Amino acid sequence: MIRLPLVLLFSAFLFSAGVYGVLARKNAIMVLMAIELMLNAVNVNLVAFSAWLGDLDGQVFALFVIAVAAAEVGIGLAIVILLFRTRESINVDEVNLLKW
Amino acid sequence: MVAALFSEGPVSEAVQIAPNWFVTHAWIVVLLPVISAVLTFFFGKRTPGRGAVYGIVMVGAAFLFSLAVLWHFIKGGALYAPEGIEWFTIGTLKLEIGMLVDGLTAIMLVVVTSVSLCVHVYSLGYMDGDSRFTWFYVVLSLFTAAMLTVIISNNLIQLLVGWEIMGVCSYLLIGHWWEEKENSNAAIKAFITTRIGDVPFMFGIIALIAVTGFTTTNIREIGEIIGLGVVSPLFVSMAAILLFGGTVGKSAQFPLHVWLPDAMAGPTPVSALIHAATMVAAGVYLIGRMFEVFVHAEAWVLTTVSIIAAITALGAALLAVVQNDIKRVLAYSTLSQLAYMIAGLSMGPEGVTAGFFHLFTHAFFKALLFLGAGSLIHAVHSNNMSDMGGLRKKMPITFWTMLFGSLALAGIFPLAGFWSKDELLVVANHTAHTWLFVVFLLTAVITAFYTARMVLLTFFGEYKGHAHPHESPPSMTAPLIFLAICTAGAGLLGAPQLNAVFGQWVFFEEIHEAVFVPWIAVLSTVGAVLGLLAGYALYKDRKAEDPLKGPLGPVWTTLENRYYIDAFYMRAIVYPVRDTWSAGVYWFNQNVLDAVVNGAAGLAKGLGAAVMWFDRNVIDGIVNGSGRTAGKTGNALKYLQTGNVQWYAVGLFVGVLALTIVFIRIV
Repeated sequence: MIRLPLVLLFSAFLFSAGVYGVLARKNAIMVLMAIELMLNAVNVNLVAFSAWLGDLDGQVFALFVIAVAAAEVGIGLAIVILLFRTRESINVDEVNLLKW
Repeated sequence: MVAALFSEGPVSEAVQIAPNWFVTHAWIVVLLPVISAVLTFFFGKRTPGRGAVYGIVMVGAAFLFSLAVLWHFIKGGALYAPEGIEWFTIGTLKLEIGMLVDGLTAIMLVVVTSVSLCVHVYSLGYMDGDSRFTWFYVVLSLFTAAMLTVIISNNLIQLLVGWEIMGVCSYLLIGHWWEEKENSNAAIKAFITTRIGDVPFMFGIIALIAVTGFTTTNIREIGEIIGLGVVSPLFVSMAAILLFGGTVGKSAQFPLHVWLPDAMAGPTPVSALIHAATMVAAGVYLIGRMFEVFVHAEAWVLTTVSIIAAITALGAALLAVVQNDIKRVLAYSTLSQLAYMIAGLSMGPEGVTAGFFHLFTHAFFKALLFLGAGSLIHAVHSNNMSDMGGLRKKMPITFWTMLFGSLALAGIFPLAGFWSKDELLVVANHTAHTWLFVVFLLTAVITAFYTARMVLLTFFGEYKGHAHPHESPPSMTAPLIFLAICTAGAGLLGAPQLNAVFGQWVFFEEIHEAVFVPWIAVLSTVGAVLGLLAGYALYKDRKAEDPLKGPLGPVWTTLENRYYIDAFYMRAIVYPVRDTWSAGVYWFNQNVLDAVVNGAAGLAKGLGAAVMWFDRNVIDGIVNGSGRTAGKTGNALKYLQTGNVQWYAVGLFVGVLALTIVFIRIV
């Protein structure tokens, strides 16, 4: 059995990578993928603690997160497609009309 | 007891007669002219004939109704005095609206409604083409309603209300042709002079209410309390003399008589209705209604009343002799005859019947004379007898009816004036008022004299005017004929040979048998005939100048100047008030009252300025400052909103980190 701290370290790495992707990437698709990374880091945490505690609640919750993430990606990609159709670009830096 | 002013006396089987529907609903008589006034006011101008029809129909109905009420007393019914409707209560004082129907009320209702009906019809012709014809009828109806209110009222406050409305209507009608300054002045004079009498009247009312301990204003209850004799006679005397003040004003007795001759500035039908037959008789009615007070007052009260009435009776009769204006002749005659009635009442309980009988007959023949004079004025377009003369042939109906009225005024058998004057003389003789007897007789002679003068100057001799006189329209002659019939018949109601039925309707406490004293009847007739003959001798040949002017000399001048009483009032009261008091009051107003008012205003203005500064600078400063601060802060912070989503995300993560640190620290 893998030791819990290792798994937590892995998930922290995964989450940090996601945060970096969300904050630093200009491509909207990359940003979406980074969000997936963060969500999955959370899933890993949930499953790990579930196994450690011998309680199934965490795994059930992970399944919910996966479902919500799928829906979120669906909407996110739809937005990206519409963005591309109007702006011919998916660079998030250029999507800044809603400001002062 | 059949019908008494204050019934306390013995009860006979006549009381058994139950009051008929008309008696129990006598208030409808008052309501009818009110309805007519309202209808005429709102719909008069849109009605064919400019609205006269309402007044004629309603007052006509009221007349028939009054006759039905009188029928109850003709049959020998008792008085009807129901509980009044409560109006409102002030402390212990209960004010009510109610009615008191006795023989006196019934007679007065008939007099007022019949004369009013005549005047309503007569005005159709007389006021034809007048620019305020409809308004005239409104006020005429309103006046009738007010007079009826006074008559039917069972309490003093309601009576006072009617009394004052009459005063207003009198003012409005005297000044009906206000375009001429003289007429509006006459209206003001009448209003103010009667008001001088109303002030003591009002105090008298308050005194009488005080007698009841401020519990009621009901006339009969006041009478009962005074009848008990527990109130100090001096107090009752003061109340009586104060009440008499109202009579002096309204019935134009010396020294407040000056308004009535000037009131002739009003249209002639008004003079007939208000200033001869009805309103001026209200003062007499008041004494009669409140007679319990006068009877229980000390003797000097009735003596004062007698003296004032005697002065007025003689003085006014003499003034009538020198007048050229036919309406003024009749006005002074009215003063004199009113004084007759008041003198009659002043002789005590026995005189009440005689006084009111004279009021009753006088109403008809004086209304007749006034309406006849109106007919003449209508024809020759002048009030002056010097513009008349020889109208006998041109206006036969006016001539014959006026001749009737004149003979009645002079007191010639068997017309109305003969019977009533005779009764007054009999009472004066019986109650040993010898000096009043002499005054009555002298006045009667002078009355006959000026009556003859008036008739001769207008109907006989040569026509002196410039218009083309012709007989008046039927609307004017019909009332004349009706009143002439009344004049002939009214006297018979009081004729002792015919049971003197009038005395069974109007009396105080107990019926006083009318007695026929032959020597008095002969004496009064001889006096009247002498007066008439003297008049005939002097005025049968018309001269340019009045034949009395030369021989009388300064007396004539004094009479022409009305004993200088009007001039005296002007100099002693009107001018000082106008020039000195008014100026003083004006100064006080300008310098003291205005200073207070202006000072208060200035203070308020200063305070306002201070409050305004505070508001502008402090309150507004806070309000604007908060707004401005919010705006500036927003302006500075808005640059955080870059539009770059990733920057927002940075903020979000930083925030989460910060919170995490905080929570870990706390926990």
